[in-house]
Amino acid sequence: MPMGDLRDAGGVSTETHTSAAELRAFLHGLPGVDRVGAAERADRLAGRSVKAAAKAEAIDLAISMVDLTTLEGADTAGKVRALCAKAARPDPSDASVPRVAAVCVYPDLAGVAVRALAGTGVAVASVATAFPSGRAPLEARLADTRAAVAAGATEIDMVIDRGAFLAGDYLKVFEDIAAVRDACGPAHLKVILETGELATLDNVRRASWLAMRAGADFIKTSTGKIPVAATLPVTLVMLEAVRDYRAATGRQVGVKPAGGIKTTKDAIRYLVLVNETAGPDWLSPARFRLGASSVLNDLLMQRRKLTTGVYSGPDYFTVD
Amino acid sequence: MPDATRLTVRKTYKLFIGGAFPRSESGRSYVVDDAKGGFLANASRASRKDVRDAVTAARKAFPGWSARTAYNRGQILYRVAEMLEGRRDQFVGELRDLGLGKAAAGTAVDGAVDRWVWYAGWADKLAAVAGSANPVAGPFFNFSTPEPTGTVGVIAPDDPLLGLVSVVAPAIVSGNTAVVVAAERAPLPAITLAEVLATSDLPGGVVNILTGSRAELAPWLASHMDVNALDLAGAAAEDVAALEEAAAGNLKRVLRPGAQDWARTPGTGRMTAFLETKTVWHPVGV
Repeated sequence: MPMGDLRDAGGVSTETHTSAAELRAFLHGLPGVDRVGAAERADRLAGRSVKAAAKAEAIDLAISMVDLTTLEGADTAGKVRALCAKAARPDPSDASVPRVAAVCVYPDLAGVAVRALAGTGVAVASVATAFPSGRAPLEARLADTRAAVAAGATEIDMVIDRGAFLAGDYLKVFEDIAAVRDACGPAHLKVILETGELATLDNVRRASWLAMRAGADFIKTSTGKIPVAATLPVTLVMLEAVRDYRAATGRQVGVKPAGGIKTTKDAIRYLVLVNETAGPDWLSPARFRLGASSVLNDLLMQRRKLTTGVYSGPDYFTVD
Repeated sequence: MPDATRLTVRKTYKLFIGGAFPRSESGRSYVVDDAKGGFLANASRASRKDVRDAVTAARKAFPGWSARTAYNRGQILYRVAEMLEGRRDQFVGELRDLGLGKAAAGTAVDGAVDRWVWYAGWADKLAAVAGSANPVAGPFFNFSTPEPTGTVGVIAPDDPLLGLVSVVAPAIVSGNTAVVVAAERAPLPAITLAEVLATSDLPGGVVNILTGSRAELAPWLASHMDVNALDLAGAAAEDVAALEEAAAGNLKRVLRPGAQDWARTPGTGRMTAFLETKTVWHPVGV
């Protein structure tokens, strides 16, 4: 892997002199991903048994990593406020449940979420850049981003131009991300690769490096709007990418699988994957997030099973 | 005469959860003996996680099953009777393995078939008997209608077929879904009955059958917050109080073990035990 070149280029978010040819040579110079091997490794790690005290710890950690998300056309301010209340106090009957990491909404509702979450310590994330397709003029996408930041969002989830990426126009994707990075100002930038549309794990690795070099604070798997969302092998490849990127540059980028994470078991599998791939440095809400909504109820149900000793049911938790 | 060189194909007795036949999550099994103490088969020994999975399956099946018309539920229960009738010889054989004589086994299977038919007939009559049109002092119609209570945990009695049918059919005929812990020493007819249920247009998850230790499984079922009612027909007398206590956590309706003569005509008690009454006011003339 040509990591030496990168270090020489001082390749972090301030990279400015990137040529199309250099970028292309770099991304295509990344080693290929062994698809079968990645699936096998993810499968093997998924079989790890996490029980009792370790499970209790994993559940609390997973809750604190959730980006509680509502991204529906039918979202209302009331629904967002309800979700914010849940984010700050996931289980009203148990104050020892940690709050979630962030609430993720559309930009027009970011202001509502910011007001509802003031003083709770829960961050407000907003999708932007013509989510979920990203098919809008750059100016519109930047305006979208600025509006979300102006409304108070401290985390921006942007989508990359998958069309340009698949067509091989890496520089365009790079410059888009860099431009959105600038528009974010102090806000954290999560770059959604939409891995379900990238076709191969090689592409996932390239897109991860591309996003990190362009200044992403987080790389995120999916929008949740297409059938193929986060999978363990894809997340494995992304975790390897952030690990290698830190080894090359010293900068630590976070990872956020999103979509399709529905059960506690799923969530714990991701935590095991993080620990075994990127390492314990990533086991914190600052470096790893779970983009989901329904998984929170399952985590709370399992948590209550551990504290009360009896199985709980969906009747006792909010319907989101 | 069967070919002497042919190996017998033995059935693996598994659980019945959500319309599928999985092995126990725990991988455990236990030996089931015939009446003379000889080896009959290995049955799955379900764990508390199988209970949890079965309750999840039952909960998932509840909205669809309870929304079926009563007439349709009756048709499906009748279909179960048809399928059971078609497997009469198999059930007679299984009951004889457990020590019943030929005539007694035949009577028990016929009784089980007839029990399904009997409850099938009740499906669309239950509302008329357990519901009412109430006189009120105002321009309203006022109806009380029986509604299914939700998921029912059933500890099946020792009678392996007729007893089992006599507790499962009344629980599901009104639209409830059931998680059944089969008779501990005689679980094989229950799993064979599951094969009948799986081929009777009964939606997956409406009946879930677990085999294993009652003493191990019943407390988990009794304390489960997503179970709405509990039938203790097969619970040991000394365990009933503790199970009722565990069931109090979410105010489950509990049916205590009663007379165990399963051959008698049952009456409506087992059906109405798992119903809730909904009363609706409707303005006259609208």
